[in-house]
Amino acid sequence: MKLSGARIFLECLKREGVDVVFGLPGGAVLPVYDAMYDFRGLTHILVRQEAGAGHAAEGYARVSGKVGVALVTSGPAATNLVTALQDAYMDSIPIVAFTGQVPTHLIGNDAFQEADNVGITRSCTKHNFLVKDPRDMAETIKEAFYIAGTGRPGPVHVDLPKDVLLKEAEFHYPEKVHLRSYNPTYEGHPGQIKRAAQTIFRAKRPVLYVGGGVISSDAAPELLALAELTQIPVTTTVMALGAFPSDHLLSMGMLGMHGSYWANMAVYNSDCLIAVGARFDDRVTGKIEHFSPNSEIIHIDIDPSSISKNIKVHIPIVGDAKRVLARLVQEMAQEQGGQLPDIQRAIREQWLRQIAEWRQKHPFQYDWDDAVIKPQYVMEEISNLIRGEALVVTGVGQHQMWAAQYVKFKHPRHWCTSGGLGTMGYGLPAALGAQAAFPDKLVVNIDGDGSFVMNSQELATLAEHQLPVKTVIINNGYHGMVRQWQEIIYGGRFCAIDLSASPDFVKLADAYGCVGIRATKPSEVVPALEKAFATPGPVVVDMVVDREECVFPMVPAGGANKDMILTHPNKEQKAKAAKSQTGF
Amino acid sequence: MSQNGSEPRKHTIAVLVENKFGVLSRVAGLFSARGYNIESLSVGETLDPSMSRMTLVVRGDEFVIEQVTKQLHKLIDVIKVSDLTEEDHVEREMVLVRVNAEPAYRAEILRIADIFRAKVVDVTPLTYTLEGTGEESKTGALLDLLRPFGIQELVRTGKIAIARSPKTKVRKVEERVGKAREAIKDPAKEQKITGFVD
Repeated sequence: MKLSGARIFLECLKREGVDVVFGLPGGAVLPVYDAMYDFRGLTHILVRQEAGAGHAAEGYARVSGKVGVALVTSGPAATNLVTALQDAYMDSIPIVAFTGQVPTHLIGNDAFQEADNVGITRSCTKHNFLVKDPRDMAETIKEAFYIAGTGRPGPVHVDLPKDVLLKEAEFHYPEKVHLRSYNPTYEGHPGQIKRAAQTIFRAKRPVLYVGGGVISSDAAPELLALAELTQIPVTTTVMALGAFPSDHLLSMGMLGMHGSYWANMAVYNSDCLIAVGARFDDRVTGKIEHFSPNSEIIHIDIDPSSISKNIKVHIPIVGDAKRVLARLVQEMAQEQGGQLPDIQRAIREQWLRQIAEWRQKHPFQYDWDDAVIKPQYVMEEISNLIRGEALVVTGVGQHQMWAAQYVKFKHPRHWCTSGGLGTMGYGLPAALGAQAAFPDKLVVNIDGDGSFVMNSQELATLAEHQLPVKTVIINNGYHGMVRQWQEIIYGGRFCAIDLSASPDFVKLADAYGCVGIRATKPSEVVPALEKAFATPGPVVVDMVVDREECVFPMVPAGGANKDMILTHPNKEQKAKAAKSQTGF
Repeated sequence: MSQNGSEPRKHTIAVLVENKFGVLSRVAGLFSARGYNIESLSVGETLDPSMSRMTLVVRGDEFVIEQVTKQLHKLIDVIKVSDLTEEDHVEREMVLVRVNAEPAYRAEILRIADIFRAKVVDVTPLTYTLEGTGEESKTGALLDLLRPFGIQELVRTGKIAIARSPKTKVRKVEERVGKAREAIKDPAKEQKITGFVD
């Protein structure tokens, strides 16, 4: 059967199991939209800016475990999408982004709305394709989805010239993909796993350091099994929140720049660090020499290039986190005969007691104020209300770190945040995507006043589709994280941070056809949240918070994690922080 | 700066890639994005026209080279990466050089060319164009000797390299030969031997 390239495109999406496409039409991609006119079985959500399509696809992918899809036109649409592609690349989120392109005979001619799409996205995708013939369409799409969703997941971009979409070709949907040059390793090397098991068995102060890979490979049950069997405390990166239950006795929360003091101290004092699906990012390690100087490092990762990239690893295991952890549990169970021997148990109890002491000494804390809302308090109340059952999405900035510190998680895939790239404006469109994946779930977008306005146009999309995302803006009228750095590290020389000229967010919500609620006093926080969560449809809560609250603890960039600044720093600490500016 | 104390040195890396458009820029982009410098690069089709073979010369310490190798592997279109520096290999590059050759010096230039087994591929009344091949040290020495006459223009292909005989293959063949010998002693096993020749 002969079909147009555009129709083949839609048929392929359907066969890949795609149910939602986030997109925005335009000249070059119009043949696809024309074919969509009478095509059944795909929901198209019209975003208001192309970056929104990319972030929505990311949010959708993160919470559902499926590959997210964005569809936009050529030129400016493709360049708008670039930030989302890089974001997905840094956080290993599987999305396939399709862009229109000028007809093949005009490529390179500076045609209207032309950009070198594949040239631009080459360095911010796992792989990209330019389809030059409709006969290649089906195979290319199959490969694109396969590459995005397997191995270390990531974004794949497919460029679709207009003439290729119009021309007809025979449609054969390939059942299988074979790429001789792409064969991810899933099974860990048995010898290495055995070595790892023996090392863990010998360890006195082991720590599990867990990254987003555990979420990607759905390895939370195996992680829990390993941690409980061996009584090893677990710290997660910002990407892995939810991989381990926050209330578990072995949970130490997040580590790194704004992580918990006890997690950072545990890693620093550890003699055996088991990194799983994590990549030793500079925001996690701080000054690398002082990260975990005396530990034997076991690193489990599906991407060989992550191993020994930033820090020398003693026992590398290339493989899928789920399978390797399962094998490791087996191996440990054999080694231990099902449970920890008494002598080991005693040593482990001592280690856990030490961590509990650190925790008691410097817990997450803030000063209560009767008159002003403390942002941390908002996080605590959100956490109390959702009880780990809602999907939580954030923007980027102080609010993101407070959310990471104070919101408690029960399940994986309940947290979407821009970890690697730190894309402000990620929150609203990602929440849109998450809600599209689970229309009946409560989705809470915790955003900042600076971050929110970067993609606030997507309120229109939410209103149009009645996607009931609850946005809570932590509004301090500043680019708060920048303000915090200028205060602590740049000697209080505040520059270009004041956002007091922001719009009235309640009126803004109203203008978009959403519900707006404001809270300005601590006593109004819970009623405002309760009302927001009970109101059908999209809601925006404007939480007017303490303008000058800072995120603590904090490791100044380039500093050592063990030297965290725990509360508001004195002069001497500020001077030291200013000097530590070897990082960024 | 070296992370693990090893000194930076030149590595010759052979990369087998899919013969598709855009592959070269993926490889080049990988280097430029990380600030690694490619000293030379040559590409050409292999026996199998669906694959191309690149020979890269890169300078770096062990840490850099390990990352280069892993990152190359990570590219979807890369089929195989081998660091030839670590194994027995033969390498060549070719130079084309147009050198001043006034009548008084022509004989001497020819003698030098002869010593290096370089060929004269073009002559004008005042110049010779020479073609020289060899390892870098040899082409380098040729150029050093020609320099006093005045080199007008110089083009080099970049290094290409080939492994002398991959160790693993030798071992496999030896194993097979061994099995074949056993089979001759024990005819019962003979049936099981297949695929002796690749």
